[in-house]
Amino acid sequence: MAVVKTAPPTDNPHQAKSMVSLDSVTMAFGAYVAVQDVNLKVSDGEFLAIVGPTGCGKSTILNAIAGLLKPASGTVSIDGQPVRGIQNDIGYLFQQDALLPWKTAIENVELGPMFKGVGAAERREQSMRWLAKVGLKGFEHRYPHQLSGGQRKRVQMAQALITGPKVILMDEPFSALDIHTRHLMQNELLRLWQEERRAVVMITHDLEEAIALGDRVVVLAAGPRSRVIDSFPVDLERPRDVAEIKLDPRFMDLYRNIWSSLRGEVEKSYERHD
Amino acid sequence: MNAMTERFIQVVLLVVIVGGWQLGVTAGVIDVFFFPAPVDIFNQVISWVADASFYSHVAITLTETVLGYLVGTALGVAAGVWLGLSRSAARILDPFIKGLNAIPRVVLAPIFVLWLGLGLWSKVALAVTLVFFVTFFNAMQGVREVNPVVLSNARILGARRSDLLRHVYFPAAASWILSSLRTSVGFAVVGAIIGEYLGSSAGLGYLIAQAEGNFDAVGVFAGILILAIFVLIIDSVLDLAEKRLIKWRPSASERPA
Repeated sequence: MAVVKTAPPTDNPHQAKSMVSLDSVTMAFGAYVAVQDVNLKVSDGEFLAIVGPTGCGKSTILNAIAGLLKPASGTVSIDGQPVRGIQNDIGYLFQQDALLPWKTAIENVELGPMFKGVGAAERREQSMRWLAKVGLKGFEHRYPHQLSGGQRKRVQMAQALITGPKVILMDEPFSALDIHTRHLMQNELLRLWQEERRAVVMITHDLEEAIALGDRVVVLAAGPRSRVIDSFPVDLERPRDVAEIKLDPRFMDLYRNIWSSLRGEVEKSYERHD
Repeated sequence: MNAMTERFIQVVLLVVIVGGWQLGVTAGVIDVFFFPAPVDIFNQVISWVADASFYSHVAITLTETVLGYLVGTALGVAAGVWLGLSRSAARILDPFIKGLNAIPRVVLAPIFVLWLGLGLWSKVALAVTLVFFVTFFNAMQGVREVNPVVLSNARILGARRSDLLRHVYFPAAASWILSSLRTSVGFAVVGAIIGEYLGSSAGLGYLIAQAEGNFDAVGVFAGILILAIFVLIIDSVLDLAEKRLIKWRPSASERPA
C-alpha cells in the first residue's frame, strides 16, 4: 500500500481544508481491478495533477469523485460529505466534446443554472458574462459545429465553471487540441482559476502540463491494480505562463525527478500492452 | 455540364416521351383504352382543377395525411423513447413489434373500415400504422445513440430524469426523426390514398377508384398525375421545414473549422 507524502506546509490559507479525499479506494470492473487502495487528499484551492501511463485507471478515479462510478471498496468524500451518486457541486471538463449539439453556445452554458432552477433572465445574464470571460463574446448564438475545437473547449469551461463548483475535475481536457491552442487554453484556465481558487483534480499524460499547471503532481503506477507511487509538490510561483515556465531551471529539475519515477511505469505499461 | 443545358435536356426528354405517346395514339399504334392520349389526361386534370369540388377531395386527403403523420409520429416517438431507455421492455416487446411490423398494412384497411367507418378516421388509422414504425425505430435508435459523455455531462450539471428527457433524449430522437421526415410523410400519403382507394366517399384515392370503376383510364391517369404533383408539393414544403428545424447540424458544405 502506497503512502502519500504529506501535503506541503499549510502556510497557504487555501490549503487549510481538505476538499476531496479518497480513502483506500479500489475501482474494479468485474474481475479486472483498475486501481487499488488509492489514498488522495486535495485541499481547498489546491491544483492537483495526476500523471500515469496509458490505461492506468486515471479516468476511473475522476469518475469515482464525480459519482459516475461507484468504488468497489473504500470511500470518496467531497467537503466532508461521502459521495453517493452523481455530484452536482463539481465541474467536470471532459476530454471529448460534451456540449449538446442542438443547443447554441449560450444555451449550453445556461444548462447548469437552468437545472438548478435559476430564473431565465438571471441565467442568461450570467451566461453572457461567462462567455465573455472565456473570450467568446459575439459567439453566443453559434452552434457547437460552428465553433472551432478551442472555442468549444472554452464553452465547456464556461459551462463547467458557471455553477461555482467546489471541485473541478479535468480529464485530459486539452489533449485533443493543437499545441498552440493548448498553451492558450492552459493559460486561460490558470487565469480563471486564479480569480477564484478551487480544488482541482486534473488527469493528464502530459508531464509538462502537469508541472506547469499543478501545485502537486501525483504519479500513478501502471495498471491493472494501479496505485499512487509518488507525490511531488511543485513550488513554482504563480501566476505562471505555461510556455515560459518550461524554461525555468526548477521546472526542469522537477521534470527530471518526476520523470525518473514515471519512466519505469510507462515502460511497464508498454510491456503489458504491446 | 451547366444547369441550363441540364434543364434543356430534361425538357427535351419530357417532350419526346409525351409527344411520342401522343403521336402513337393519333397514329393508332397505342390503344387508348389502356393508354389514353396525354391531351385527354391533361384536359381531365384541367377540368378537375377548374372545379371547386375537386379541392374538397384534396383537402380531405391532405387532412388524412397530416393527421396520420402527427398521430403516428407522436405515438412512435413516445414508444421509441420509452423502449430506447428501457432495454428490458425493449427485449420483452421485441417479438410483438416485429410481428406487427410484418403485417402488410393493406390488409388492415378493411378492419379499420369495419371499426371506424368509411370516413376520415379509418384512413388516418392506416396512415398511423405505416408512420408509427418508421418514427418508432428512428426514435429508439436516436435515444440509444446519445453520446454517453454528453449524458454524463448533463447529469453532472444537475439534470434530473425529466430534464434529460426534455433536453437530451427528445432532441436526439428528434434529429433522427427529422432525417426520416420524407419517408414517414411519404408513408402517410400512401396510407391515406390506399385507405381511400379501398373504401371511401371522398379524397384523391376515391377519385382514382371511381374512374377505375367506370373503366375510365383517362380519369385513372389524371388521378395519378395529380397525386404525383401533390406529393412533390408536400416534398418541397418538407425541404424548407427540414432546413429550418435542423440548423444546428453541419450541412455537407459547412464543416466545422
